[in-house]
Amino acid sequence: MEIYLLILIGCCFLCMIRAWLGKTIPDRMVAIDIMGTLAVGLTAILAVITKRSFLIDVALAWIFLSFIGTLALAKYLSHKTLDE
Amino acid sequence: MNWNELIGMIFIGFGVAFDVLGCLGLLRFPDVYNRLQAGTKCVTFGTCGILFGIFCMNGFNSLGIKALIGIPFLLLTSPVGAHALARGAHIFGVKLWKNSVIDKYKEDRGEKPSL
Repeated sequence: MEIYLLILIGCCFLCMIRAWLGKTIPDRMVAIDIMGTLAVGLTAILAVITKRSFLIDVALAWIFLSFIGTLALAKYLSHKTLDE
Repeated sequence: MNWNELIGMIFIGFGVAFDVLGCLGLLRFPDVYNRLQAGTKCVTFGTCGILFGIFCMNGFNSLGIKALIGIPFLLLTSPVGAHALARGAHIFGVKLWKNSVIDKYKEDRGEKPSL
């Protein structure tokens, strides 16, 4: 299980490289969105390794926070305010 | 090692492999839309595989049930977010890759297709 955790941390570093190199603003937003989805799986594996079941609650909350953040960033991209 | 732990480890292994492929696609593809397609499909299936593997390993206790609840939430929210990002990037003015063939959304918005 620990090797899976290390591989997922490596994937997070690949996403960070794309967020650093990306030429346009939407490239960086896509990288951050996918890093949020990776963090859900990473937290779920951590819950199995440490045998603490509250960490899966963190994963469930992270899904919705990542979704709301992505929608807000997409609204910013299409030149609108948040209540429009 | 029990059978359910073996099946769970196989599902988690598939999920991690899909995550690696999705992140490689995110790093190597030439365009915003290609990167969004590779990343979102592979990472959604990969994380759903990890959660289903954790359900197979733990069974019907509190951790397994919460992992099983997380799968439909992830399947509902991740494509909606990807669609909103692609639409926002098109309105923001990101050009397509030079070898892309067709752009239907530009016709729908009332502009002349450039290809």
